[in-house]
Amino acid sequence: MDFLNALVALTNFVLVPGIAYGSQLALGALGVTLIYGILRFSNFAHGDTMAFGTMMTILFTWWFQSMGITAGPLPTALLALPFGIAVTMGLVVGTDRAVFRFYRQQKAKPVVFVMVSLGVMFIMNGLVRFIIGPGDQQFADGERFIVSARTFKSLTGLDEGLAIKTSQGITVVTAVIVVAALFWFLNKTRTGKSMRAYSDNEDLALLSGINPERVVTYTWLIVAALATIAGTLYGLDKSFKPFTYFQLLLPIFAAAIVGGLGNPLGAIAGGFVIAMSEVMVTYAWKKVAEYVLPDSLAPSGLVQLMSTDYKFAVSFAILIVVLLFKPTGIFKGKAV
Amino acid sequence: MSEPFLIGDAMTGGYGKGPDILHDCTIAVNPGEIAVIVGPNGAGKSTAMKAVFGMLNVRSGSVRLDGEDITNLSPQDRVVKGMGFVPQTSNIFTSMTVEENLEMGAFIRTDDFSDTMEQVYHLFPILKEKRRQAAGELSGGQRQQVAVGRALMTKPKVLMLDEPTAGVSPIVMDELFDRIIEVARTGLPILMVEQNAKQALEIADKGYVLVQGRNAHTGTGKELLADDEVRQSFLGG
Amino acid sequence: MTDTVKHILLFVAVGVLLVLEGTTTALGVFSGSWNSSLTILNMGLISAIMALGVNLQWGFAGLFNVGIMGFTALGGLAVVLTSMPATPGAWSAGGGSILLALVLGAATIGAVILLRQKMAAGRLRSLATLALLIVGFFVYRAILDPGVDAVESINPALEGNIGGLGLPVLLAWPVGGLLAAGAAWIIGKTALGLRSDYLAIATLGIAEIILSVLKNEDWLSRGVKNVVGLPRPVPYEVDLQNDAAFVEKAASWGLDALTASTIYVKLGYTCLFTLVLLALLWMAQMALKSPWGRMMRAIRDNETAANAMGKNVTRRHLQIFILGSAICGVAGAMMTTLDSQLTPGTYNPLRFTFLIWVMVIVGGSGNNFGAVLGGLLVWFLWIKVEPLGVMLIEVITAGMSADSPLRAHLLESAAHMRLFTMGLMLLLVLRFSPRGLIPEK
Repeated sequence: MDFLNALVALTNFVLVPGIAYGSQLALGALGVTLIYGILRFSNFAHGDTMAFGTMMTILFTWWFQSMGITAGPLPTALLALPFGIAVTMGLVVGTDRAVFRFYRQQKAKPVVFVMVSLGVMFIMNGLVRFIIGPGDQQFADGERFIVSARTFKSLTGLDEGLAIKTSQGITVVTAVIVVAALFWFLNKTRTGKSMRAYSDNEDLALLSGINPERVVTYTWLIVAALATIAGTLYGLDKSFKPFTYFQLLLPIFAAAIVGGLGNPLGAIAGGFVIAMSEVMVTYAWKKVAEYVLPDSLAPSGLVQLMSTDYKFAVSFAILIVVLLFKPTGIFKGKAV
Repeated sequence: MSEPFLIGDAMTGGYGKGPDILHDCTIAVNPGEIAVIVGPNGAGKSTAMKAVFGMLNVRSGSVRLDGEDITNLSPQDRVVKGMGFVPQTSNIFTSMTVEENLEMGAFIRTDDFSDTMEQVYHLFPILKEKRRQAAGELSGGQRQQVAVGRALMTKPKVLMLDEPTAGVSPIVMDELFDRIIEVARTGLPILMVEQNAKQALEIADKGYVLVQGRNAHTGTGKELLADDEVRQSFLGG
Repeated sequence: MTDTVKHILLFVAVGVLLVLEGTTTALGVFSGSWNSSLTILNMGLISAIMALGVNLQWGFAGLFNVGIMGFTALGGLAVVLTSMPATPGAWSAGGGSILLALVLGAATIGAVILLRQKMAAGRLRSLATLALLIVGFFVYRAILDPGVDAVESINPALEGNIGGLGLPVLLAWPVGGLLAAGAAWIIGKTALGLRSDYLAIATLGIAEIILSVLKNEDWLSRGVKNVVGLPRPVPYEVDLQNDAAFVEKAASWGLDALTASTIYVKLGYTCLFTLVLLALLWMAQMALKSPWGRMMRAIRDNETAANAMGKNVTRRHLQIFILGSAICGVAGAMMTTLDSQLTPGTYNPLRFTFLIWVMVIVGGSGNNFGAVLGGLLVWFLWIKVEPLGVMLIEVITAGMSADSPLRAHLLESAAHMRLFTMGLMLLLVLRFSPRGLIPEK
């Protein structure tokens, strides 16, 4: 019984939040890694692209809510998501045309692209703050829980409760669908294959008659969709605040590098590695330990390795270790 | 003599704004023929081929394909016109399967290309066997086959190979040459740059010996092999 | 007009802007207060120093440092650790065990490195590494935590931190440089020699970590409770106002004591900062012209060739990365001294990292004078974009009714025009004048 309680506590506080957060990071890292694979630079504006997409989704959500349109038990944001994606796609492709294309034609060094993406980040950040303000926004509605702790306790008779938030369930389901669709697109469609070909060997792709501008446009469209979805899911699960999204850059980059920059599969694995480590290192294990260990060994402290304030330190530490020992990442990425 | 199918006629030029590397250099090939460009290191062999393919600034002279002047077309446009090119290095998509490599070769085609793929598989049976494997995992010789196969997928009117046997073992080289002859027998003209001059000239219908970007000797493969001067200077006796 | 004249005129233009700020309220942009003008100038000088450091890294060596905020914050910490008096009782209560824990933590990492060098690669080594790390971590926490608790419980409303060494505050400036150099060494060792993007991401990370340490380690920096009342290298306004001689002197200038004292203090800072800036600028110029500087730029322009010539590119990059970061650390210490308080909550990467980048790019990367000009000019704009933004919005919304919610929202959001404008400026300069106002020679 104690063991079951420990397991439930572990699931409730570590596994469920970790999987949800991991899915969000994975979707974010996929966007970074796709840009890296095709355009060959680390896009510092990605966090703010996520913020922009989420903001658009929130605005549509409010509009729908004001008209009385809801999705029943599901959050209205799901209905607004496609509209948010469409606007973000427009912004991102427009940015590429107005800003990045010039440097592609110049064949600028990657570091110049990174610098330019900083400028784009500034502008997007300003835009988001200008439109929706720098404050916190809650936009989740519908049912709060799929399984609430109380129901679970009465159902199983255990001391420990297991709560699964609707946002967590939606995150995982959406992430699975999106990732499946993305891999189907990349591996089965002609356009998807041409993107992989371009990422693999740019010169040969040109020789094969693949139009680079088309590939780049498709990449931005996909990245806009991924960023908006990742941002909206994160916002539903926690809350929306522009600065938080900027800060997500670090775990997202860490996830993409851990998995191997430019490798989509790696980005997903990296997302979960980072998220799980973060949750496990900052979780207070006291409760689980009390169930599993005999009373005489029960810990007196919280058994928390690091305070949650240091969650970014976890991403960073993993990043440093990977850079030191395996700079190409777990799955072999493009960059050294 | 009538106009050859593909001719780089009296080409002079270099990379970008750099100095001229080619001087009045002429390369041509006809259907059913294998034309080979040989010469010492730095003679401009690969450069001559790249000039024919449009990767070089040709300042005077012209390139004509089937009577049409294509001197000012980009390499991509030349592919559309029917030129297939296999670069010396990075000539396959290593992370993609063999079959996907061939599909990408056929990217510009809008018609059904399954026939062509069958032909390529027929020509290179090993590729059919490994078609689901990532091309980067194959051996050197097999990778070259993928590279040639990829270029064949556009159903080119002429095939250009830049040192196809660079870095492969002698046995594999012989096999690759056999395949190339087989491709030529289908009537496809082949223009090829080769480091292994002797073996290459043995299968060549036409040979061009370049020295410092100029035509030094031109003739059939047999003639050049029999030419004392050519033998002494380039073929090691 | 020669280039030199043009460049001098650019500096004169910045000077004119500052004079206008001090003398006129025309156009609604300038405040007509020397006080404000000097405030802008002082921060501008500090910004110029930061830009100088970043220019060393980017302009000389092509290194992309996105963690300027972190190095600046370390400089700020240095001021607290150097100049504040030690908190009474803190060292006897827990300072010793904190220090011991930190030494043990460092020793653990040292032992791991030694172990990995001595043992052959394999499962055994991995296990030993892991075991050592885990044991080390728990020992570290077991010693650290009680010490931290003890220190933080000393008069938490006012202190609760370990305090400093009570040394003169000017000494904190080089110490800030040293701290920043140490952090830069760790990052450089890890990320240099890899792709340029990796350095950017690693520096972004270290900045976040440094900041979360400052925000959360109350025993060290009082966290978000801030350390106030840091010692100053210049007199206090109150003392001046009570000084009869000073008041008399001020009156003879036609100034009241209050204004005179603030201006006097600010001028004091201006002199100090200008001295530091000139010294660093002189050193940077000497470095640029030295064989070392020429080699740096040769490496930047063609890394492969430099490598082939037997230059140890990564080592050179490490040197310049540490130097540049140290300069940012010095500037950070100067800034904290100017504020006479350490407020970890106010460090923001957009302001402390990316704005410095705008300065370097706008001023002219690769040119030290360009960096200085960029620092002064962009800082002035950064301050003034906000009132300009509000003015712009007022013009745009003039036609709307006074109680229109859109108008209220727009006016409220005008402050965020800053980021937008800075981003736009960066993009425009990168695109149309990538060499900046004063290009590299």
